[in-house]
Amino acid sequence: MKSKAPSIPYLIWMLLFTIIPLIMVIYYAFTDKSGNFTIQTFKDSLFYTDVFIRSLWIALVSTLLCLVLAYPLSYVMSRSSRRGQNILTMLIMLPMWMNFILRIYAWVLLLQNDGLIDLAVKFLGLDVPLLGNAGAVILGMVYNYLPFMILPIHAVMLKIDNSLIEASKDLGANKFNVFRKVVFPLSIPGIISGTTMVFVPTASTFLVAQYLGGTGDKMIGDVIENIFQRDKNVGSAISLVLMVIILLFIIVMNKFGDEEVVA
Amino acid sequence: MKSNYELRITNYKLKKIGGHNELSNNPVVSLKDVEVSFDGEVILDKLNLDIEHEEFITLLGPSGCGKTTTLRIIGGFLQPDSGEIYFDGECINNLPPNKRNVNTVFQKYALFPHLNVYENVAFGLKLKKKSKEEIDKAVMKMLAVVDLKGYEKRPIAKLSGGQQQRVAIARALVCDPKVLLLDEPLGALDLKLRKDMQIELKQLQHQLKTTFVFVTHDQEEALTMSDRVVVMNNGKIEQIGTPTDIYNEPANAFVADFIGEANILNGIMKEDGTVILQGKEIECIDTGFKPYQPVDVVIRPEDVEIVDVKEGMLTGTVQDVVFKGVHYEMEVISDDCLWLIQSTTCKDTGTEIGMRVIPENIHIMNKLFPTEDNIFTAKVVVGHAEENSMEIEIEETVIKVEGHCYAEGTTLEITLPPSGVYVPGDGNGQLEAYIESVIYKGKYNEIILETENHRWLMTSLQDEQVATSIPICFNFENAHFSEDYKGGEYGGDEE
Repeated sequence: MKSKAPSIPYLIWMLLFTIIPLIMVIYYAFTDKSGNFTIQTFKDSLFYTDVFIRSLWIALVSTLLCLVLAYPLSYVMSRSSRRGQNILTMLIMLPMWMNFILRIYAWVLLLQNDGLIDLAVKFLGLDVPLLGNAGAVILGMVYNYLPFMILPIHAVMLKIDNSLIEASKDLGANKFNVFRKVVFPLSIPGIISGTTMVFVPTASTFLVAQYLGGTGDKMIGDVIENIFQRDKNVGSAISLVLMVIILLFIIVMNKFGDEEVVA
Repeated sequence: MKSNYELRITNYKLKKIGGHNELSNNPVVSLKDVEVSFDGEVILDKLNLDIEHEEFITLLGPSGCGKTTTLRIIGGFLQPDSGEIYFDGECINNLPPNKRNVNTVFQKYALFPHLNVYENVAFGLKLKKKSKEEIDKAVMKMLAVVDLKGYEKRPIAKLSGGQQQRVAIARALVCDPKVLLLDEPLGALDLKLRKDMQIELKQLQHQLKTTFVFVTHDQEEALTMSDRVVVMNNGKIEQIGTPTDIYNEPANAFVADFIGEANILNGIMKEDGTVILQGKEIECIDTGFKPYQPVDVVIRPEDVEIVDVKEGMLTGTVQDVVFKGVHYEMEVISDDCLWLIQSTTCKDTGTEIGMRVIPENIHIMNKLFPTEDNIFTAKVVVGHAEENSMEIEIEETVIKVEGHCYAEGTTLEITLPPSGVYVPGDGNGQLEAYIESVIYKGKYNEIILETENHRWLMTSLQDEQVATSIPICFNFENAHFSEDYKGGEYGGDEE
């Protein structure tokens, strides 16, 4: 049996900063301000059902968009030279070296009235507000979380042995069938981890909607931030509900993935 | 004895005329002048090969000899730079792998990890849009052939190496290819399993009458399984023949060295039927060499008879004895040369023995390197008359030569003995050379090297790895210089 000793520092870290806070959140979620047991907090959080639904919807659309953009790129990347891969990886990571808020604020400047993109759109004869709607929020999400979709899919595709592709050609597969019967099924684990890595933060993030969305585009992350300052019990309850929803999502994704791999 | 002798002579002559005599004229696969190079390095050098219907042919050679490349060309995974590939008489150069009637068993099997055994085997048939019943019937039949009945639902990861091997064979054979390509398929198996699979593969090939093209670097495997063996080295075919031919009549020292064990020694052909070996005139059956031509003499260890010292053609002292089960293997020093002898009689270490070989078992071969010394031309870049030295250029590298001086611009013909080429101890060579062959000559290794425009002969006590690159340096102490054409000579002198 392997020694567990090396993992002890992290286990302590996890106990202090993951498990204890989690217990605290659960405790607050089930108590009122004076510390008595209650489920009123959850009833209160029902008030935000539509924000929940909108957040999940935006997260879902963003995740799908990321997948649609990332998958072909990852495929091309995994087939290109090592040098090309390094350059592409760096370009993909490059925006992440900049501050998160700065990146969002840059989009505000581009999309706002008389911003660079706004001017370009106006020049084309369209006069639609680009900032302050769900579209802008989704754009911001995709921009920020796209690398988290590309990297896991790329990593999985790199691991697909070229001999498997040759074997499928050898057995009579044309390019389309090579993709459909070998590359795609083998890349599913990458799609699952990419989807999880994008969906989870987009569903719970805050600030993006505050900056890029309108008054009606508030997301659950913003709500939690807002409420926590006033009422940490209701804030905890909402957080807990969000956690459960995300947990369910991950379970469903993994189940779907397992079935797909076996089938 | 007499008829045997004549047969050998005929065989030998046939071989000299040039190989293809016994073959039919409709090969299933035919490679014509196929050339492949990567980054300027030649992998296949004008390769010509005919593969017959229903034969088990093995491509054998050290790693880097081009055998796998040949297989990939037939499979369609690689396009030759020039030359044609014919399949049943039709040129298939531009046919992609999925349209070729050829299937491959890959080196590491390349089984689809997301599919189970049944689905792996059915993969090719599904793509051919066969009906479910047909697929089911063919897959089950093939799984029975490779002894994997009852394993249909197993995931690939839960199979042993030998079982994966069988799935890979079944997956390829179920498509009913005319030619099955096998790329070192037994390399990853342990010895026992490997021996079993060799026999099974051979039986399978007999049963199905499919042409098998098998790639291996294991000479024993090649001899055991094949109808014909193609011995390759350095992108060229050294010899094609039945296992018996290749073993008994190796075309040159490389083949003799690669196939089985052999004593390869330097000899001089006195006249037809007589070779001078270790200073003694010895009777042999080979003819057709020039008088006093230096040759390679090849003698198999099991062909050396141990006799009384007085009766031996040669004598030697036993250095080491190892019991090998069926026979004893002895290392014998004779005239400073190390001989390997396999015999059922055991002689103790230190015993003086006589050695005798019947003329039929003495194989005389042309030397792999055309001359005894390295002979090449080089241009003088700078002459330093006052120091009696000069700088010459070999393949764009300037090399200093002490003790000789010719005028700048002179083209010199240089004769450099094999001892003048060496591998520097510090790894900083004057040229980078590719090792074409390494042959042990009883006292030292005779190594043939290749650089951009030259081939070099080197002798070394070190063992080097064939098909790798090493740095080399030159030592012109014993070299001989002569001027190609007139130029002003000053200072330096020739020996």
